[in-house]
Amino acid sequence: MSDDVDVTNITQQFSGEPGALLPMLHAIQSAYGYIPEASVAQIARALNLSRAEVHGVISFYHDFRTEQAGRHIVQICRAEACQSMGSRQLEAHAKESLGIEFGQTTADGEITLEPVYCLGNCACSPSMRIGDQVYARVDNTRFDQLIAQLDETGITQ
Amino acid sequence: MSLRLFVPQDTTSCASGADAIAQALQQEAATRGLDIELIRNGSRGIFWLEPLLEVEQKNRRLAFGPVLTKDVPGILDALAADATTHPLCQGLTEDIPWLKSQQRLTFARAGIGDPLCLNNYRALDGFKGLEKALQMSGQAIVGEVKNSGLRGRGGAAFPAGIKWQTVLDTPSGQKYVVCNADEGDSGTFADRLLMEADPYQLIEGMIIAGLATGATQGYIYLRSEYPKAYAMLNAAIERATANGYLGQAVSGSDRAFELEVHLGAGAYICGEETSLLDSLEGKRGMVRAKPPLPAVEGLFGQPTVVNNVLTLAAVSTILAQGADDYQGYGMDRSRGTLPVQLAGNVKRGGLIELAFGTTLRQVVEEYGNGSYSGRPVRAIQVGGPLGAYLPESQWDIPLDYESFTAAKAMLGHGGIVVFDDTVNMGAQARFAMEFCAVESCGKCTPCRIGSVRGVEVIDRVLSNKDESDKDRDNNLILLRELCDTMEFGSLCAMGGMVPFPVRSALDHFPEDFRQ
Repeated sequence: MSDDVDVTNITQQFSGEPGALLPMLHAIQSAYGYIPEASVAQIARALNLSRAEVHGVISFYHDFRTEQAGRHIVQICRAEACQSMGSRQLEAHAKESLGIEFGQTTADGEITLEPVYCLGNCACSPSMRIGDQVYARVDNTRFDQLIAQLDETGITQ
Repeated sequence: MSLRLFVPQDTTSCASGADAIAQALQQEAATRGLDIELIRNGSRGIFWLEPLLEVEQKNRRLAFGPVLTKDVPGILDALAADATTHPLCQGLTEDIPWLKSQQRLTFARAGIGDPLCLNNYRALDGFKGLEKALQMSGQAIVGEVKNSGLRGRGGAAFPAGIKWQTVLDTPSGQKYVVCNADEGDSGTFADRLLMEADPYQLIEGMIIAGLATGATQGYIYLRSEYPKAYAMLNAAIERATANGYLGQAVSGSDRAFELEVHLGAGAYICGEETSLLDSLEGKRGMVRAKPPLPAVEGLFGQPTVVNNVLTLAAVSTILAQGADDYQGYGMDRSRGTLPVQLAGNVKRGGLIELAFGTTLRQVVEEYGNGSYSGRPVRAIQVGGPLGAYLPESQWDIPLDYESFTAAKAMLGHGGIVVFDDTVNMGAQARFAMEFCAVESCGKCTPCRIGSVRGVEVIDRVLSNKDESDKDRDNNLILLRELCDTMEFGSLCAMGGMVPFPVRSALDHFPEDFRQ
């Protein structure tokens, strides 16, 4: 797949702007689901940077991934407010029930599990995020329900 | 006339089911042939009542919450008779004691109407600060901000007016205003709430900062964990531009101010202002050595105002109502109001804006109404992951920057996280170091290596169960020395302040390191 990568449209859209690299990487990740290796040289050329500099930025930020993720990204908040409401147990339950660790994807390619440090929903902890939707007061049962809904419909409500 | 209903579109409201309530209301109204106008307002920050449904009656709002989908038909039935008898009815929203007793300046408008409605914003005194600022010189605006006593609400509490003065006094062809909306501290959500409920206030504050200092370009650096705020800000900027508040002629004047939102990418350290600037420039978010100060050499090497969301928003109020009015709130050198964010294991969490000087105990007991679990509260962490854990003996400290510093704690961005007696403070101390290891930018050794060693030492202490073991005591001494090295040797507040939660756990909860 990476042979077909052509991010010229995206690089052209941003390359004149100051501080273009992060918006460019966000746009590429939103189009491909990750930052394909083959795009790095194209980005570097468009911004007159070395490939090492582009790689350095990609690897610095937690958001950017260099491999395809699962169809759904499930993030569990690990920060203190969620800890005070039992997120350590939720984290353990999520890993056990999905059979994966943080940063891994289920064998069927459905779910990638990630840690996140605060979703700004701290008054109604523990919090988790699926795609762009945040969920409040997630206990083990609620987690199982949300994951089951994902399996059935592909989207969650 | 149609029945006006309000269901917030805020992140926490929706995380608690507000979208489903809105949908159920539409369906139920259609079934009944009831004519309704459903407004998706911002949240008032009464998060323990979310999803909060408000119903307009005789120009006042009746509140219901927390509402589940199954409650919707019952509430509509009750509205036909005496709605106040419904079990979820909280009375008039403005009379809910939790809200009524607050001193809301920055959050006065939050949750009242559609966040994107410009008419609503203007009707609630919006753009009054900007109108005044357009009639004033840059120096006069800076003077007003200085007189208000406003200090940076991001955590460092640096006087905003002095920062602005430096930018004003530094000659340059291009200056910038950067809003730090990288609200990464656990237990904080005030920036998010404000951006989702009242985005024009932030925009207005940034324009005023531009007028004051001569900056013509603004950036909001927003964390990527806030997708709703991102959509809201972009929509608000578009409308503000279309209505002449942003652009080459601000409100028809000869002053220009452009504004853009840039998304972060999940790095906590980018909330540190110099790291944020590097990130905005498209680089790794590495901390810069100071000096030069960002006010002199900031974004792209130009003089730059970097302020937190709440600082910039407060400026709108200060200009509209006058510095003296704002200065009239607070205690000692902490002037104005502090939007406290009450979170974690607490019954009634949410946004509580109060003048500086209230005690932590008042906030947690009177507003929070105790722990969510019903168990005794054991520790309260104030100021995010770099803030100290306070035991009960310290809960009577007033919420004021200097009082917290004197207690080896920090107020930070005003996040308060409550823990009940099931908390293991050894595990919390370990997490502080672990978080620093994950999020350190890596530029300075004490932070990069110290945090990793910190986790290892705490693991050795916690795995050593022998009460009389000399190894454990030696490791505790080592941990304290490591904390000193990090505090005094780190380049920025990240490595420099991780010792606060660790030491507070050691000092106040030593028994948790002997288990």
